[in-house]
Amino acid sequence: MKLIKTIFIAAILLGLIWVDLPENIKTKYKVPNKIDFNIFGLNIKKEFNTKLGLDLKGGSNLVFEADTSKVKKEDLTDALNSARDVIERRVNFFGVTEPQIQTVKSGDVYRLSVDLPGISNYEEAIKLIGQTAQLTFKELGQTDAKIATTTPIFLQLTKETGLSGIHINKSTIEFDSQTGKPQVGLKFNKQGTDLFAQITKRNIGKPVGIFLDNMPLTTPVVQTEILDGSAVITGNFTTDEAKKLTIAINSGALPLPIKLVGQKNIGPTLGDIEVKKSVYAGAIGLIMVLLFMIIYYGRLGLIASLALIIYGLISLFIFKAIPVVLTLPGVAGFILSIGMAVDANILIFERIKEELRAGKNFDIAVRLGFGRAIDAIKDANITTLIVAFILFNPLNWEFLPQFGMVKGFALTLAIGVATSLFTGVVITKRLINIFYKTR
Amino acid sequence: MINFLKFRWLYILISAVVIGAGLFSIVKWGFRYSIDFTGGSNFEFQTNKVIEKNQLLKVLDQNKISMVSLKLENKNILLRTKVLDQKQESLLKKDLETKLKIKITVLRSETVGPILGKEAIGKTLIASILAVIGILIYMSFAFKGFNFAFAAILAMFHDLLVVIGTYSLLSHFFGAEVDMMFVTAVLTTMSFSVHDTIIIFDKIREYHQEQGTLEMESASNQALTETMVRSLNNSMTIIFMLLALTMMGGSTIRFFILTLLIGTITGTYSSPFVATPILVWLEKKRKK
Repeated sequence: MKLIKTIFIAAILLGLIWVDLPENIKTKYKVPNKIDFNIFGLNIKKEFNTKLGLDLKGGSNLVFEADTSKVKKEDLTDALNSARDVIERRVNFFGVTEPQIQTVKSGDVYRLSVDLPGISNYEEAIKLIGQTAQLTFKELGQTDAKIATTTPIFLQLTKETGLSGIHINKSTIEFDSQTGKPQVGLKFNKQGTDLFAQITKRNIGKPVGIFLDNMPLTTPVVQTEILDGSAVITGNFTTDEAKKLTIAINSGALPLPIKLVGQKNIGPTLGDIEVKKSVYAGAIGLIMVLLFMIIYYGRLGLIASLALIIYGLISLFIFKAIPVVLTLPGVAGFILSIGMAVDANILIFERIKEELRAGKNFDIAVRLGFGRAIDAIKDANITTLIVAFILFNPLNWEFLPQFGMVKGFALTLAIGVATSLFTGVVITKRLINIFYKTR
Repeated sequence: MINFLKFRWLYILISAVVIGAGLFSIVKWGFRYSIDFTGGSNFEFQTNKVIEKNQLLKVLDQNKISMVSLKLENKNILLRTKVLDQKQESLLKKDLETKLKIKITVLRSETVGPILGKEAIGKTLIASILAVIGILIYMSFAFKGFNFAFAAILAMFHDLLVVIGTYSLLSHFFGAEVDMMFVTAVLTTMSFSVHDTIIIFDKIREYHQEQGTLEMESASNQALTETMVRSLNNSMTIIFMLLALTMMGGSTIRFFILTLLIGTITGTYSSPFVATPILVWLEKKRKK
């Protein structure tokens, strides 16, 4: 029985170490960092990766404010949700992995917070996301002949045709067969095809304009009636511009205009240097803590160090398994929880020593010391959990912080404290029983 | 047993000096606020060669950019301006590259509208107040008495004042800025402070209950004597950790870690020397 227990514990420990292995260090033997297997007809699939936040990994956080003045109140939620979807599609086209897009309400103001990890070309991303991409087709309005000769053509195109971006099935980038210049091809859906046929029929010999967000893209003169539902936007595009326009059209128009109100961009190098330095410093700090414990508490200190290492392994496991996005405040929360975990151990030892001084034998001293210390540890940690809970704002209440930094701090703090309760109560006690009893 | 409470005037004096210096600094110099609170733009550029400040200033002037602060460190440019939009930012970058004949890598670029930061601080404040209420309720139950909770919260406010005051000094002399990281550090200090106080109060409660007749004062003295080693040891371990991070960690988190360090020290100090005397005083008043 004892053997089975030992094997079981060893297996758990190995599992923890396996998950915690840093994934970016190249070793001779490739260690996979995901599970993928079938058991009792269930497919269990899980990948374990450390997720670093924007401040550590580099990337952009963009905050857009939505202009809700032209949207009816009952349509607002729909409009915001579809705006979020449109932005997500655009960002995906841009090649960002795992973007995070949130709508945040604050009073009457609605904002969209967009996290783009690992992106370096943030200027392009901002342009692409912010584009409303409202594509409209307009024809000549009623103007008197005098104005017609003096004003540019696109100002005369005032009459909406009813044909717009929503009638487009697909937009592709094409190249003019003669000039080789890039252009944007449009393919209409059925309704759009009919509309476009009518429009071209009644406008033969007259210009029809294609407008993007009310800016004219091209104002060609219609030659014949077009029945196959396809059109081409020529214009002085570079290949890049044409590509972005197709992305914007394909992802659909934003249902409401948005304005950039805040942005944070961290270059990948800066985050990298910061992480390396801090990890290095953190390791040295941790070694000092362990040394201190061992020197001061002797064998008990060694046990505490062991418990602390197990504590670290478990926390890291949880961070990777959930996964928790680690940011600088998140790391701070974790450091604080390490401090509290050490504290739990010190408390227990001091209590045990006290009982020993009172002349009790070792077994009883351990039991009493533990019992007493746990009371204090429980009270202290529960208050910390209360604080973390409120700061994390799990119900996403509007009057509490809804932004990443404070939440990240609260989350790692809560995980760390909960884990330290567990290691303090269960693991340190086991370890003392195993290693200390014989003396 | 050491009669710690005999020296309460000394503790008041120490706290008064530290908090007094901080308050003086707040009133006289205030804080430097980051763009999180004032709104504005922050840039950290890296160039491929060292440039002169005057040239840089000239280009800023030509672009009609109202600069708030500028720091040149070797090949790094740290620039803070009023809010720049995307267009102005790219124009400025291009202009700098052509006119100064350099190549710029953007290490960091931040723009914050002035409303965002104010909202963030407001919400954090509400959350903190709720947290304080939560602590009061929980402690009142756990310790079967409001005085324990009240004393712990007062000690927490003591630590809050110490941290905010010293940060004002750091702000004035070393250019530390009040930003969201500072807010996080303050929150950390608050939870650490209460955590530490509870450990000691737990011991006081134990002595007080077990030896029913024992006066609060002597129960406290006894508890302090016994927990002093653990308080020091525990804070030592956290201080080791933070010292390593302050001295060797990255520059962006330096003030943040330093604030945590100050918070830990005052958090540890306040439990025996602020919270406990207050508790004894409150209990004495209640008995009368």
